[in-house]
Amino acid sequence: MTIQITDSIEITSLPPFVASQPKLSQWMAITLPGKITIYSGKVELGQGISIALSQIVCEELGIRLDQLDWVAGNTYVSPNEWYTAGSLSVENGGAALRCSCTYARWLFLQQASKVLNVDFESITISDGIFTSPSTSEKIDYWVLAKQVNLENPIQIIHEAFQIRNKVIASGLVGQSSQRPDLLAKLSGAAFIQDMVLPEMRHARMLRASHPQSTIVNIDVQGIEQISGVERLVRSGNFLAIVGKNEALLVKAVEKAHELITWQVPTKVIAQQPIDSLLKSMPAVTEVSYEAGHAEVAQQSLRASYTRPFLAHASIGPACALAQLTDGHLTVWSHTQGSHLLRDQIAQALRVETTKVDVIHAHGAGCYGHNSADDVAFDAAMISHVTGFAIRLQWSREEELTASPFGAPSITEIQAGLDASGDLVQWNMAIWSPTHIARPGWGTGINLLGAWAIEPAHPEAATKDNPMPQGGGLRNSVALYEFPHQQITHHFLPSVPLRTSALRSLGAYANIFAIESFLDEIAEKIGADPVEYRLRYLKNERARDVLIEVANMAKWSERSKLPEGSGLGIAFAQYKNHGAYCAVAVQIRVEEKIHIEKVWSAVDAGLVINPDGLLNQTEGGIIQALSWTLKEEVSWNSEEIVSHNWDSYPILMFDEVPELEVKLLSRPDQPSLGGGESAAGPTVAAVANALSQALGIRARDLPFTPEKLAQLIG
Amino acid sequence: MSDTTSLTLNGLLKQVNAPSNTPLLYVLRNDLDHKGTRFGCGSGNCGACTAIVDGHAVQTCDVPLWSAENKEIITAEGLSQDPIGKLLQDEFIAEQAAQCGYCINGILMSVTALLKKTSQPSHEELYETLNRHLCRCGTHVRIIRAVNNAITKLSTGVLV
Repeated sequence: MTIQITDSIEITSLPPFVASQPKLSQWMAITLPGKITIYSGKVELGQGISIALSQIVCEELGIRLDQLDWVAGNTYVSPNEWYTAGSLSVENGGAALRCSCTYARWLFLQQASKVLNVDFESITISDGIFTSPSTSEKIDYWVLAKQVNLENPIQIIHEAFQIRNKVIASGLVGQSSQRPDLLAKLSGAAFIQDMVLPEMRHARMLRASHPQSTIVNIDVQGIEQISGVERLVRSGNFLAIVGKNEALLVKAVEKAHELITWQVPTKVIAQQPIDSLLKSMPAVTEVSYEAGHAEVAQQSLRASYTRPFLAHASIGPACALAQLTDGHLTVWSHTQGSHLLRDQIAQALRVETTKVDVIHAHGAGCYGHNSADDVAFDAAMISHVTGFAIRLQWSREEELTASPFGAPSITEIQAGLDASGDLVQWNMAIWSPTHIARPGWGTGINLLGAWAIEPAHPEAATKDNPMPQGGGLRNSVALYEFPHQQITHHFLPSVPLRTSALRSLGAYANIFAIESFLDEIAEKIGADPVEYRLRYLKNERARDVLIEVANMAKWSERSKLPEGSGLGIAFAQYKNHGAYCAVAVQIRVEEKIHIEKVWSAVDAGLVINPDGLLNQTEGGIIQALSWTLKEEVSWNSEEIVSHNWDSYPILMFDEVPELEVKLLSRPDQPSLGGGESAAGPTVAAVANALSQALGIRARDLPFTPEKLAQLIG
Repeated sequence: MSDTTSLTLNGLLKQVNAPSNTPLLYVLRNDLDHKGTRFGCGSGNCGACTAIVDGHAVQTCDVPLWSAENKEIITAEGLSQDPIGKLLQDEFIAEQAAQCGYCINGILMSVTALLKKTSQPSHEELYETLNRHLCRCGTHVRIIRAVNNAITKLSTGVLV
């Protein structure tokens, strides 16, 4: 069956990054025989975005996937599309490419019509070849490329969208396609970690157990004499060793640490419960949202939910390469924003922006602003100082202690109910530090190493992501049509550990709070939690995913579950404008929570690559289960204690549940970002299942066996 | 201090001139230029660096070169030469059982070693093997499905 998607994809105004980079040549080139090169700013992070965007491009141009040459996040040639983040790559990156390719198709179609001497509406494009029933002649992109000027500014042409389905075959979009990068990754060298440059040196950072510690004493000569150390690079508190042999260098790190005395930064306050810690921090308070009017309540309920600092904890520690050639620095990085990183590295090194370029290369899993940018600066700095081509990989310990952390938060809700149990007041308060401190975000320099070099760059003042995307406030507004909602944000400019973007930002904590609290209210008034939600959920697509997941999980039969088991459900629309996602979780509790099965229903509008979205949703659920059951950064006044896999455990294979994810088909609706939509509903569904299983309400993450024991008392 | 160590890598005899206490991982990656074996933690906790040494799944970051002397090593680069390795690799691709893919080669190595010993492992044997590996992207369900597909195919004698 052919999906008619014309209405859901027509673009009526230039996407912002097309407007700022308007030439077709900034988005494509036709120079390789049989290939069309596409330039994108949206990079592969393990989320499978390159195949999804490739499907859009190939369908719009009428070419095969193997005719596409994909170049992303390369500042020498790619457009600047800001960060690859926030589940926005299909929505925004896809729209930019669709806009560019639709215009390109239009130009080539007009030229083909002239050359073939046929009406352009009679032409179809397949495998890059233009044919028409009116002629036996044919022509292709590669011949036409000599006659079409790609320096043309991209325009929106309504007719180009209207004739789309006559000209090209639909079907690639909406079809599951296999990723082209996996076979190489499963057979040998494929990651940035595997790259080798001519005459390359390895480098390792020397860092204390708190990454912003300062050097009190150092035996420079002693370090330089360690076997394997060719150079010691020191600038202020920035310290690295360089050598030809990686194995010797890694061994030298241990010995070098014995020759350095560090001092912990004064801002480190030892760990304490998140509630008391965050409420003791200076805050900037504002009412961030207010709608409707609070009425007099018959009864009032209040609860407070917390999440700790979380680590990105990628399996592959961050890596970067840097090469200085005639005063020009090329940096290879698995960053989420090559152009912003390029600008920040240049500023931090105090060189012209034109002297630095960044080329994106695939790294291990990226779940937000991790160590990728920091290690890129480190490698750039070492290459800048030594002139060597440098490969630098962080250690496991650095990965877990020196990367920015996902931000902690408190979400408190007070609800007022009238005599019939209807909500008449909804007051929420959120305490959180920034959820975003990427390089290029806000003012100043956001690179760990840049704060250490001499002269040091000051740490940038923090600024959270404003609504409607939101950082600490992401998904703070309940999608439910309550007669009243008020939200107060206590923004914390500084907290003891460095925070930045981790998958779903504040949505994980806020949805946890909203969707737990709704269950608490339902329980209080003796209502069914799903029915209670549906009382206030008027959006049809939202209702559909919730009802769908309830059916999938056999919600109506949940009272039949054995003792000690529970079924919980939760819903959210990611950012209130992304994908709709409902999750049901069935658990069994013994000495710990065993997740037995998870169901999810997702509506992400027109889905480009269904298997890719399934994979992302499954991964989002499992990662959220790991955060929920196990994860918490721990630290004291001396060091970050959770520095290895023993002290920062994540979900193991034997803890993973059965999963069933269903994508609701909405090809007539625009694509909605979906990769991060499941995290919030997942945690709340676990908490709600726990309530059914044991009659206890877990409000402080993570739900470890120790926490359960405390709650049971 | 450098010694010469002989070993067989994916069927080819290799001589390595490196200190014998060098972790095998760095020898494979740098001296022998086989990058499919990856660094994850350096302490044998995550499984990303697993290779097959004389039939056993070994975390190569945590063993010295000398322990591999005169032994047969299989890495991701040699997986497709092994019928069970190839079957697993195909099933992982068919199930798209990867997101970032960084942890997968270690898992492929461990499961290949397991299925070469016993093509129909018990649930406990399989999970004991998988539990030596961490995956952060949350691809576990697909990985388990791909492995089970391979086990099913082996039970029907697909490789006989």
